[in-house]
Amino acid sequence: MAAETSLPTNIETSSEEGLARSAAARAALADVAREPGAAKPDPILVADGITRAFGGLKAVDVAHLEVQRGVITALIGPNGAGKTTFFNLLTGFDRPDDGTWSFNGTKLNRMPAYRVARLGMVRTFQLTKVLSRLTVLENMRVAARGQTGERWWAALFAPLWRGQENENTDRAHDLLARFLLDKKAADFAGSLSGGQRKLLEMARALMVDPELVMLDEPMAGVNPALKQSLLGHVKSLRDEGRTVLFVEHDMDMVRDISDWVVVMAQGQVIAEGPPDSVMADPRVIDAYLGAHHDTKLTFEAEEKILDAAQQELAEEQENEQ
Amino acid sequence: MDFSSLFSDSLQQAFGTSAIVYCLAAIGLNIHFGYTGLLNFGQAAFMAVGGYTMAMFVTQWDVSLWLAMLAGLGLTAVLAILLGIPTLRLRADYLAIVTIAAAEIVRQVYGSIALKKYFGAQDGLTAFSADFRALNPFDGPVDLGIVSWGKNDAWVVLVGWFVVALCCLVVWLLMRSPWGRILKSIREDEDAVRSLGKNVYYYKMQSLMLGGMIGALAGFVTALKSAAINPSFFATDVTFFAYTVLLIGGAARVLGPVVGAIIFWFLLTFLDLFFSAATDDVGSVLIPSSIMTNQQASLVRFIVMGLALMLLMIFRPQGIFGDRRELAIDGR
Repeated sequence: MAAETSLPTNIETSSEEGLARSAAARAALADVAREPGAAKPDPILVADGITRAFGGLKAVDVAHLEVQRGVITALIGPNGAGKTTFFNLLTGFDRPDDGTWSFNGTKLNRMPAYRVARLGMVRTFQLTKVLSRLTVLENMRVAARGQTGERWWAALFAPLWRGQENENTDRAHDLLARFLLDKKAADFAGSLSGGQRKLLEMARALMVDPELVMLDEPMAGVNPALKQSLLGHVKSLRDEGRTVLFVEHDMDMVRDISDWVVVMAQGQVIAEGPPDSVMADPRVIDAYLGAHHDTKLTFEAEEKILDAAQQELAEEQENEQ
Repeated sequence: MDFSSLFSDSLQQAFGTSAIVYCLAAIGLNIHFGYTGLLNFGQAAFMAVGGYTMAMFVTQWDVSLWLAMLAGLGLTAVLAILLGIPTLRLRADYLAIVTIAAAEIVRQVYGSIALKKYFGAQDGLTAFSADFRALNPFDGPVDLGIVSWGKNDAWVVLVGWFVVALCCLVVWLLMRSPWGRILKSIREDEDAVRSLGKNVYYYKMQSLMLGGMIGALAGFVTALKSAAINPSFFATDVTFFAYTVLLIGGAARVLGPVVGAIIFWFLLTFLDLFFSAATDDVGSVLIPSSIMTNQQASLVRFIVMGLALMLLMIFRPQGIFGDRRELAIDGR
C-alpha cells in the first residue's frame, strides 16, 4: 500500500491517478478498528505519547494516533479539548513535554516549524494570518519553495531569480483562479473579507505544495455560501492526492466531507471512526453534551420534581404574607 | 532679518555632512524597522562600534584606513549577531530593550578611563583621517552659488552622498527581490512566514546585520567629517533623531530616509537661525525678550520640531513618501 501511494510532486489539479488513489485509501479505512489509537494501513503521520501541560492543566495527552494517507481526517471535540494545542505541537509551533511523532517516517521531535513545513506538512491558522500590507499575489509568491532569490547575495542580481519568479507567478495565478481570487491579485491582502482571507490562506498553503495540509478551523466565521465552496476546495485537495487533517466545530461539514473522524476531549483521543459511527458513539455524545443528558425521566421522578416545585411556591407565598 | 542667508545656511546643512550621517543611520533603521519590523533603539551603538573600530585600528596599529573600515564593518556585524542571538527568537519589544541598553554600554565603554589607552576616554581619538584626506581632489573651498563648503567638508559631502546613493541602490535591489519579500512578510506576521517553511530567525539576523553595517557607514562619516571621534557623538538621541528622519520621509520607502534627512536638517537649522535672529537685540527684534530670550532661542527649535512631528503623525502618518492605502490596513 505504502509504495503505490507515494505522491508525485507538483500535483496541480485533481487527476485520475489522484482520484483512484484517494478512493483506494478510503476503501482501506473500512477494515480499521473503530477505537482510539487504531492502526491505519498507510499512516502519513504517527504520534505517540504526546503530552503538553500548562501549569497543572494537561492540555494534550494523546497516547497514540495515526493519520491515514490520502484521506480527509477531521479532528473534532468540544471547546478546550486541546485540538489546536495538538496542532501546534505537531507542526512545531509549540513543544510537547513528552512524546514522539513522525511524518512519513521522519521524526519531528525538536524540529523547528519552518523545517516541518519544508517536509511537506503545512498548516493554516484558526485566526487567519494573511500578510496585510503585501498584495494577494505577493502573499502567494512568498510561499513558493526553494527560491534562489531568497538568498541575500542572489537577491541583488535579478537575472538569477527572474525566471523562477515568473514560474512561481504563473503557478500563483493558477491557484488564485482556482480559489476565485484572481481578480484580487493586485489588492492588499489586508483589504480582503474574512472568507476571502480563508481562501487566500488555503491557496497560499498549496503554493508550498504540501503532502499533508493541516487546516485549523477552516470554516470559522465564514458565511454559508462560501462554506459550500470551501467544502469543495477541501475535497479537491484530497482528490489531487493530498492528505488533509482539519480541526472543525461545524458538525455538518465534518459529516459531509471527512472520511475519518478523531474525537478529542480533555486532551485525550476518546473515539475514532467514520463520521456516522463516531457521531453515534455514546462517548462522543457524552463529551459534547454531558454524561446525563439522555437519562429518561420516570413518572415517579417527575412527580417528585413537581411536588418539590409546588412546595417551594407555597413557602414563597407564605413568606410574602 | 536676512532671509536669503537664512535659506542658504539652512540648505547648506540640509545637504551637509550631518544630514549624511543621519540619512545613513536612517537607511539602516529603515531595513530594521521599516521593512522587517525590528525595533532597534540602539542604532547609535552600531555607529559607535563602526566609527571607533576604524579610528582605533588606525591610531593604535597604524593599519590603512580602508582596512580599518573593513574591520569596522566586520565588528558591527559581530555586534548584530551578539544582540540578535538572545533576542530575535523573542517578541519584538525585547530587541528594543536590549539594543537601547547596548547603545549605552557601548558609549560608556568607549568613554571609560580604564580603556583610555585604546579609545581616549572622553577626549576620543583624532589623527586617523589622513588616508581619506589624501585622496581629496579639491584644493580649496567649493562654492556652488547658494551653498559652499570648505575643502575637507566638500570631500566628505561628495563621498557621503555617493555612499548614500549606493546604499539606496542596494536597498532598492534587495527589497524588490524574494529576499526583501520575506523581510516584509516577517514584518506583517512572522508565524505565517514560519508556517510556509522560511527560517524567520535567519532572515531577521541578516536584516539586523545589514542595517547595522549601514549604521557603521554612518559612524565612519561621523568620524571623518570632524576628523575626530568621541563618545558624545553617539548619545541616545542620535538614534531617535534617526527615527525622526525615517518617519518624516516615510518608513519602508527606499528614498524615505534621504528626503527625511534633508527636510529634518533644513528645518532644524532654519528654526535655529530664525529664532536666534528674531530674538537678537542688535537687529530688529521680532520676538520681545519677555516671551523668549536669545539664550532660549536655540532650544525652541526642538520644541517646534517635536510639534511638527506630532502633526505629521496625525495628518500624514505614512510620512512624505508613504502610501496612505497601506496605512489604512491595520489588519491582523
